[in-house]
Amino acid sequence: MRIALFATCLADTLFPEAAKATVRLLERLGHEVVFPFEQTCCGQMHVNTGYQRDALPLIRRYVSVFSPFDVIVAPSGSCVGSIRHQHSLVAAKAGDAGLASRAADLGARTYELSELLIDVLKVEDVGAYYPHRVTYHPTCHSLRMTRVGDKPLRLLRNVRGLELLELPAAEQCCGFGGTFSIKNAETSAAMLADKMTNIVSTGAEVCSAGDASCLMHIGGGLRRRDSGVKTVHLAEILAAT
Amino acid sequence: MTTFLGMPATAPRGVGHLRGDESFPAAAHKALADDQLRRNLRHATTTIRGKSGRVIAELPDWQELRSAGSAIKADVMSRLPELLEELEARVTERGGVVHWAADANEANAIVVDLVRRTGSERVIKVKSMATQEIALNEALEAAGIQPVETDLAELIVQLGNDKPSHILVPAIHRNRSEIREIFLAAMPGVDPDLTDDPPVLAAAARKYLRETFLSTKVAISGANFGIAETGTLAVVESEGNGRMCLTLPETLITVMGIEKIVPTWQDLEVFLQLLPRASTGERMNPYTTMWTGVTPGDGPQNFHLVLLDNGRSAVLADPAGRSALHCIRCSACLNVCPVYERTGGHAYGSVYPGPIGAILSPQLTGIEDNASLPFASSLCGACFDACPVKIDIPAILVHLRNQAPHPRSERAAMRAAAYTMDRPKLYASAQRAAKLARIAGRRGRGLPLGGWTDARDLPEFPQQTFRDWWASR
Repeated sequence: MRIALFATCLADTLFPEAAKATVRLLERLGHEVVFPFEQTCCGQMHVNTGYQRDALPLIRRYVSVFSPFDVIVAPSGSCVGSIRHQHSLVAAKAGDAGLASRAADLGARTYELSELLIDVLKVEDVGAYYPHRVTYHPTCHSLRMTRVGDKPLRLLRNVRGLELLELPAAEQCCGFGGTFSIKNAETSAAMLADKMTNIVSTGAEVCSAGDASCLMHIGGGLRRRDSGVKTVHLAEILAAT
Repeated sequence: MTTFLGMPATAPRGVGHLRGDESFPAAAHKALADDQLRRNLRHATTTIRGKSGRVIAELPDWQELRSAGSAIKADVMSRLPELLEELEARVTERGGVVHWAADANEANAIVVDLVRRTGSERVIKVKSMATQEIALNEALEAAGIQPVETDLAELIVQLGNDKPSHILVPAIHRNRSEIREIFLAAMPGVDPDLTDDPPVLAAAARKYLRETFLSTKVAISGANFGIAETGTLAVVESEGNGRMCLTLPETLITVMGIEKIVPTWQDLEVFLQLLPRASTGERMNPYTTMWTGVTPGDGPQNFHLVLLDNGRSAVLADPAGRSALHCIRCSACLNVCPVYERTGGHAYGSVYPGPIGAILSPQLTGIEDNASLPFASSLCGACFDACPVKIDIPAILVHLRNQAPHPRSERAAMRAAAYTMDRPKLYASAQRAAKLARIAGRRGRGLPLGGWTDARDLPEFPQQTFRDWWASR
């Protein structure tokens, strides 16, 4: 299958390993990956911080860059959630009904990685080998915007050598929330502190998630604490052999 | 006395408890430093979450019930004026008197006048969010009338000269030794040998309240529901104090937000299942009291219903935000909110704390007066999933953020980011330039990151962006 990759601005700029792993994984499974260079950002940061008008060109860009493709994947439940639920809303509010309808269509064929693998490509065992103790943070937007459910866990359970450790209070937010972690830095840090305590309590070597943003936040905290726990994107584990 | 509901206008300044004195981050700063408060809140919210989750799981049709509740409320909002007039006609037919209050000032004046006309210098009160919202107690006291809260937690808050911090559990932030101190200092006729044993504390409150119930002729209540087709009002509660207030006095004055209406008795069936399970984690609340106008020889012989707008019409006028009026004040969103769990209710500055407060308060007051509240959320969405009437709180938060005034420097940065991100070549060179920011180090020296780097290290910039890697493949 020909699959367009939306790398997301965060993975493209700061966490390229997550996007590279997505490419390696899909190619290993026999698919063609296309990366349209005109892509940049889904605009979620602007929408969620209260700058819908500034997000509009980014939404327009996403729609025009990816409309030619039948299937688009992003290694981020959060960006996919925004594309699926916010793009058409913001466009409609700006009075552009045409864009709203194209955005809604495109949102329906934009998938988060675990959704693409299980729902579209029908594969739960990607043939990965990752001999580490791993705990998984499900991330709020994957859970509640994109509704990926237990798909990431089903994929991880099929990874050879991987010991999956249950994360207490897994569904509680890590406190990132985009600009929330700047505007309400102290509250965010308090939420992060509890999340880190839970992660460390599992005895895991690695904390994984399907969103580079949450991992940046959690990883930044774990490093500050010298906890010895690494953060690794789900795609990197699934691409490991 | 009858007034007409005006055009959409926000709740007036200078009266009521909808506005805080400081922004959310500043108010949260104090709460975050209070370890006892953090432990109290974590324990309480975790316990309620667990209880509620268990009883909700018993109902196979919970999701359908939520959809039904949401649909009934949407229907109510679409024909609110007609339903309110129906309610008014039915209440009047049954011997009640209906008053219309455009805002807090009018509502307080109406109630004070009604109490004065009874000649009573004291009123007993059922816990009510609407009367907290308009600061009715303060208005009564200013008029020389003593209001006595009869809900145990609300009484603790009142005697402690404090503010409620939770919709359902107003004294959630107090522990039992603090409650003992409050009772000793402020409860009339309290035993000086009072201990902090909960049954002893409850007995002291019971003795005081029992005397007050039996000697007070006027009661003030809120209403959980008003049924348009029959003019029936309903209050649900756990302690029985509400039933005492609603049945013993000669005069009953009910202050009800105009959004509390349901069209028919059958609609109540849905909410009486949703509310207790979502709020207290009970299958059914212990007391549900309903009354219709006046019944000669039984219950209060004078009944007044004050219909309160206080900004609600303004909320209703906004199609993207109006579903905040669907709220049945169950607190489920507070109990699952990770922000509320760390900061408690006072940080929200309004009588409506937590996620629902973060959308409702700024809508009632106008966004400028509560501009920091829509940002007091990580948009994790737990509130939406917990809401028994499916209010999409995250979507309304985002909607309100778009209306909020922005700091000038943030606006400039956001504009610049959007400009760059809409130009792929410029974007790619900005990515490469960003690597230079490595100089800032993991603690981000010199970068405008607020308090981010107080608790977290910045990530290291990679040697190569993804797009450079792809280009070099």
